[in-house]
Amino acid sequence: MSAGRGTATFAFLILLLPVSLVLAVMVGAVPIAPLDVLAALGGGGDPVSGIIIRELRGPRVLAAALVGGALGAAGALLQGLFRNPLADPYVTGTSAGAALGAVGVIALGGAVSAVVVPLAAFAGALVSALAVWQLARLGGRTTVLTVLLAGIVLTSFAGALVTLLLVSSDRLALRLRAIIDILSGGVAVRAPGELVVAAVIVALGLGLALALGRRIDAFVFGEETAATLGVDPEHTTIAVIGASALLTGAAVALAGLVGFVGLVVPHALRPFVGATHRRLVLACFIGGASALVLADLGARIVLAPAEVPVGVITGLVGAPFFLVLLVRAGRRATV
Amino acid sequence: MTRLIAQGLVAGYGPRRVLRGIDLDLGPGALTAVVGPNGAGKSTFLRALAGLLRPSAGSVRLDGHEVGTISRRELAGRIAVVPQSFDTLFPFTVREIVSLGRSARLPLFARPGAADARAVEGALAELDLGPLADRRMDSLSGGERQRAVLAMALAQESDVLLLDEPTVHLDPGHQRSTVLLVRELARARGLVLVTVLHDLNLAALADRIVALVDGAVAADGPPDAVLASGPVERIFGPGLRVALVDGRPVVIPDGRLS
Repeated sequence: MSAGRGTATFAFLILLLPVSLVLAVMVGAVPIAPLDVLAALGGGGDPVSGIIIRELRGPRVLAAALVGGALGAAGALLQGLFRNPLADPYVTGTSAGAALGAVGVIALGGAVSAVVVPLAAFAGALVSALAVWQLARLGGRTTVLTVLLAGIVLTSFAGALVTLLLVSSDRLALRLRAIIDILSGGVAVRAPGELVVAAVIVALGLGLALALGRRIDAFVFGEETAATLGVDPEHTTIAVIGASALLTGAAVALAGLVGFVGLVVPHALRPFVGATHRRLVLACFIGGASALVLADLGARIVLAPAEVPVGVITGLVGAPFFLVLLVRAGRRATV
Repeated sequence: MTRLIAQGLVAGYGPRRVLRGIDLDLGPGALTAVVGPNGAGKSTFLRALAGLLRPSAGSVRLDGHEVGTISRRELAGRIAVVPQSFDTLFPFTVREIVSLGRSARLPLFARPGAADARAVEGALAELDLGPLADRRMDSLSGGERQRAVLAMALAQESDVLLLDEPTVHLDPGHQRSTVLLVRELARARGLVLVTVLHDLNLAALADRIVALVDGAVAADGPPDAVLASGPVERIFGPGLRVALVDGRPVVIPDGRLS
């Protein structure tokens, strides 16, 4: 990949992010002019705009950026690890595990704090991603197909457990809104602390992912070649799954089940920034953030004044994209 | 002087024993071709030599140390394995692939240093990949990709190089040049070089041929000793004839029904 093209892509992504953020803050039931947005960030300007920005749109837009970045980076990690262009947190069942963890603590827990939900989502994501990995290699070698089938199994299983929780919990009525947010894929910041906790978890996951980038590259010809190149396949796989669980857990805690971001973003960026995973993960983090901020903006305006969950937008765009990739993978007979 | 020695090597998958007691002493500076019928245990033998498969009895020792006890990182600097399949799903460039040979020598966050750059550029130059270094792997021909993964293994700067059927996706011209290339590498660099080969006439280009049958060594020696009518029939069964061309053995399938 030419260095110039990659650098230009990074420059574009870095510029796109603040533009998307400001645009998303401007648009809504009460439109706010760009200058007022900048003034409000400085603490001045129109007081009503200031409140809308600081209390309502600002946290939501930042949350969308964090979620999109986390899912984009996690998708790049999982595709590289499984050597599977169809992997992402959603189709591998990692998101469903995270949702089960989050719904579990909301339905069963005493007080739901900003810290507990993301941590439970992380734990759920970790367990389900490890389970998918083990299931996918039961037959001896992991193929595109076994990863997807294991993801389907895990998603169905986690979905069944979520339903079980929903019908058996007597506290549910009190917390229905939070649970609907998670299952439908809508960006919602219920408490300011939630954003901070999620940001810390995402930072940990991203740091780990960048550290592991070069080792994921060594998986290009499979686990055995990774081993002969001096990269321990087991340890690296567990660490990569840990990083993607941190990223996915934080994303699901903030926005619930948002599909296909982790699938589409790495595919869109790989031709421009190349295949090496350190660069790709970073590009997917920045690009994924803009993508979901803009998708969330779309979710707010497409049926305005009503709102659709952002998961609907990403699903509508992502599902046909997934089908195209599936057909291509079938043609290449990598399945 | 590097020596890779298998002693009473028994290994397999689960209860199935594939290798049944192999004794071999592999020294530097020569190309050893491992041949044998399908299912004889050639690839399994190579995996055991690489430390990818634990022996259930016996040992594989590299300069006296059992390979299974050497850490993955350290072993990567001693033994390189050229992967048999070199398809890449993602748009890696040739230089990026060759750089993977340095994976074991780089701590998590360190940038590649001067020694790494020298090893990568040296391997690219050795295999005439300089003009292709920034091309994507999936834009290359099979022979070019084969050279790229060989360069990746060379960048490991190991003492031992193991190849499993490196010629399987290549046309006859590239099959010949690949075998001659690795033979030259073995001789010039003093590497312990072992390659599995299906084609006996390519194996005839090696310095030494080891024939495996049913997980045991059936013949071991220079090509003209192993590729004589007697041993060839013992190893592969009847139906192959051995002729001499310019004093070298050539194995031809017999067209007559017997």
